[in-house]
Amino acid sequence: MADADDLEHADHPDSSQYIVVGIILAVFTAVEVAISFATVPAGVAVPSLIILTILKFALVVLWFMHLRFDSGWFRRLFLFGLVIALAVYAATISLMLYAGGNQPT
Amino acid sequence: MAELTTAEASTESHATSLGLSNEKLGMWTLLGSECLFFGALISAYLVYYGRYNGVPEVSPALYDIPFTSVSTFVLLMSSLGMVLALSAIQRGDDRGFRIWILSTAMMGTVFLSGQIYEFTVFVNEGMRLDTSPFASSFYVLTSFHGIHVTLGVLMLVTLWARSMTGKLTEANADVVENVGLYWHFVDIVWIVIFTAIYLIPYEQVTG
Repeated sequence: MADADDLEHADHPDSSQYIVVGIILAVFTAVEVAISFATVPAGVAVPSLIILTILKFALVVLWFMHLRFDSGWFRRLFLFGLVIALAVYAATISLMLYAGGNQPT
Repeated sequence: MAELTTAEASTESHATSLGLSNEKLGMWTLLGSECLFFGALISAYLVYYGRYNGVPEVSPALYDIPFTSVSTFVLLMSSLGMVLALSAIQRGDDRGFRIWILSTAMMGTVFLSGQIYEFTVFVNEGMRLDTSPFASSFYVLTSFHGIHVTLGVLMLVTLWARSMTGKLTEANADVVENVGLYWHFVDIVWIVIFTAIYLIPYEQVTG
């Protein structure tokens, strides 16, 4: 029987996979900065930035934090907080859109 | 037995009612609650970022995006350093662990230095904590993130010191994994802050 340590780390990525994820994160960040300086319409730039952020967030959480490989309990605990936080964002954005919450003053 | 999950395997030596490590469960619970904490601060910034209190020159146009991009890159790479440190100690490579954990702490310190420099520039430009709701919400959010990074750096240095004195080895790599979770969380919060607080407002103000 494999010992506990072997089993514990059997599913974790190896160092080369971590480096690949790190390179992807760096490339995504470079693309974000390029978008913010390029003459791209805000209607294209803002959704692109949000999508890249979600991808970076997911890469770190799933690979670096091992949520892809760990127990579902950890996933549920984290998602619980994240979903409520996103609900707060949604409420705030609704406030901005429908009540003029961020008009320059 | 072959289907035993990572978390179950890691707790074979100290059984818990859920079959999971209590420390790791506690860390994930903390991180879940931290999502709410930062969610509230980011939302407050979104509400206030147009409130310039009659000082429109103190706006996201002040942001130095190339400088902040370098800080963001450094913090992202520190996350890579953290997983490589964890990988090293899980392999029993104590020397590799010490190199990577110290590199991670140094990158965290570089990020903090950048944040202090940025704050100094902003204050010189007239953006103080009490200048406007926009300035207040910016400083409160980024300062709380900075405090989290500072705590993370202290934990990383503590791990390095414990490894140097032989108190941290492959046998208690779980401690490193939990500190790593905290460090990666600080990184993902910054990923959101960089886009929501810096890039999108800058794009809207200057674009």
